[in-house]
Amino acid sequence: METKLALVLLLSPFVGFLFNVFFGKKVSRVVSGVIGTLTVVVSFLLSICFFAQLNLNGKPFEISLFDWIQVSNFKLEFGILLDQLSLLWLLFVTGIGSLIHLYSISYMHDDENMHKFFAYLNLFVFFMITLVIGSNLLVMFIGWEGVGLCSYLLIGFWYKNQSYNDAAKKAFIMNRVGDLGFLIGMFILATMFSTLNYSELKHAVAAGDVNTALLGVAALCLFIGATGKSAQLPLYTWLPDAMAGPTPVSALIHAATMVTAGIFMITRMNFLFDLTPDVQNIIAIVGALTALVAASIGLLQNDIKKVLAYSTVSQLGLMFLALGLGAYTVAVFHVITHAFFKACLFLGSGSVIHGLHGEQDMRKMGGLRKAMPITFWTMMISTLAIAGIFPFAGFWSKDEILMVAFEHNKVLWIVASIASIMTAFYMFRLMYLTFFKEFRGTEEQKHHLHESPSLMTIPLVILAALALVGGAINLPGSMWLNHFMEPILSGEHETHHLGTQEFILMGIALVGAIIGIIWANAKYIKQAFVPKVDSEIVGFNKTIYNKYYVDEFYTFLIVKPINSLANFFRTTLEQALGKVVFSLGTVANGLATEGKKLQNGNIGLYLFAFVIGVCAIISYLFITHTAQ
Amino acid sequence: MNNILNQIGIENYIFLSVLLFCIGVFGVLYRRNAIIVFMSIEIMLNAVNLLFVAFSTYHQDAEGQVFVFFSMAVAAAEVAVGLAILVSVYRNLGSIDIDNLKNLKG
Repeated sequence: METKLALVLLLSPFVGFLFNVFFGKKVSRVVSGVIGTLTVVVSFLLSICFFAQLNLNGKPFEISLFDWIQVSNFKLEFGILLDQLSLLWLLFVTGIGSLIHLYSISYMHDDENMHKFFAYLNLFVFFMITLVIGSNLLVMFIGWEGVGLCSYLLIGFWYKNQSYNDAAKKAFIMNRVGDLGFLIGMFILATMFSTLNYSELKHAVAAGDVNTALLGVAALCLFIGATGKSAQLPLYTWLPDAMAGPTPVSALIHAATMVTAGIFMITRMNFLFDLTPDVQNIIAIVGALTALVAASIGLLQNDIKKVLAYSTVSQLGLMFLALGLGAYTVAVFHVITHAFFKACLFLGSGSVIHGLHGEQDMRKMGGLRKAMPITFWTMMISTLAIAGIFPFAGFWSKDEILMVAFEHNKVLWIVASIASIMTAFYMFRLMYLTFFKEFRGTEEQKHHLHESPSLMTIPLVILAALALVGGAINLPGSMWLNHFMEPILSGEHETHHLGTQEFILMGIALVGAIIGIIWANAKYIKQAFVPKVDSEIVGFNKTIYNKYYVDEFYTFLIVKPINSLANFFRTTLEQALGKVVFSLGTVANGLATEGKKLQNGNIGLYLFAFVIGVCAIISYLFITHTAQ
Repeated sequence: MNNILNQIGIENYIFLSVLLFCIGVFGVLYRRNAIIVFMSIEIMLNAVNLLFVAFSTYHQDAEGQVFVFFSMAVAAAEVAVGLAILVSVYRNLGSIDIDNLKNLKG
């Protein structure tokens, strides 16, 4: 029974995908959207069932569906594992997924390819579930690649725009780099332990007597995989470009779910990373640096979705910081709260873009507060949450990350704190530029300003409510999430006892956030500053505005050399090879032309040749015979 | 053993056979008339047959004579086919000069 339910949970979105692919064009857009949404809701409800059951008996549900690979002593099953970690992920993936599907019905209502959109979205949810509930790394890898594919398809959804296609390709290729790391890590683990099953790996690692150096390499490779999927330095550049996709896609894939796959994987393999402290240090440093760099780029972006994209990269960096410090629960906590408020922010920005008929530049917004009150208030709540204002969800999770960082390494704490202050600043900059002061767009846009339909505002309200109270799952007093996650974490993990130090740290974090807000307030409300047009940006600001020229650097370092190498191959090597091949052909051709003359149809000549030939053969035989 | 080879030596047969064969070869090479070419080929064939029979007797072995029967049968069949082709060539071209047969040109 449970197996069947688990299969329904997994396959329901896939059924939605099949329906939308094969029949989506025949039914009306709304029907296709509703079916797409319902299939995800089914998965969500089943996730709740499993979650409730796990809460009752505390036993994870593991089932092997069939033997997949069996080569000498390496054996792999296609299995499902529903434990604390995968259920947490399932809940928010399918839950937020349902809301975003619902939102998309309205957001995409006048797109001619709506059925395709829902097909891809369903396929994405299916692969995300596969990623989460697999019982071994290879099943996770299927999902891992699948979500990458869907991400590619959805970024390039408006395929008529070439720059969107380029963004899609960029995302795909960047992810391939990381995926190679993931694969190599998996190969190393498979060679070392002859299994990829989580529980077997855990036992094998716990049994000791392993080559820690090789284990470290495996862990590092897995982390490289995570940097690709979760947009960390140095592979983060695809995520801001991925905003080319429709806004619900940005909310679902590039903020709430897919990009957290790296965090899921590292949390899943926590027993491995606990044994490799060097790799953990790398993770923490990369995470902190990403948080800082992305946040600083976010300070000056003018595209509303780009700001949110850099904010996502920055928040993911904070999560990796927590992972690197061994605080897996804290990272997961931030993943969940971040999913709530970031999805809400993206959907809110989608609502704004919808209201302005596709305008994304914040310089042409402003004063939308009155026209779009629901969007404004829900986004405001989420902004307060992401900025880390008490008592919103983000406060609790971000505060824990900062606390953990403070305990382990003061430098990392300072870096993370600066990133948090920047977060508060650029988020309020976004709010002020979008919703306050006077409208700066055209008269026609002003005339058409309207609040989005209720199908779009309902998900916003729900997500904003979650962003408001989501912190409750791991309040410092109760620590529900910590207790819940305990069975799947191998090492000892300290829980914070509220002391003076913790309160002081909370206070500092809060003051930091408020400083960021006041700074934004002073600049964008008091001085009514509006970002300049691109050409007037100078100095260091220009460097930041152009994202530290990282893309240009990559172009210079990787793309250009590869292009010139390819060019060399095409113009020189291919020509040379072609000449060799063609000259062989010319020789054969010439021989044939000459040989053709022998065959002139003159029978006398043929007969003559015949006789000469026979004579030659006989002479040869005669000579060789007498020589003996 | 009262062998005919005692009366006329084997070398004479060989000389005759070679002579016949050479006549055939030169006939093939020099004559333009297809029927004469054809006859020359037959002469060559018979030269070989003669040699066969001579050696067969020399070795006191009937196998060579058996082969000669086969090759005569085959030659008869070949003549039938060859002449039929020549008739058809004549009907088409109005001549059987082999210099006119240039349709085989590649």
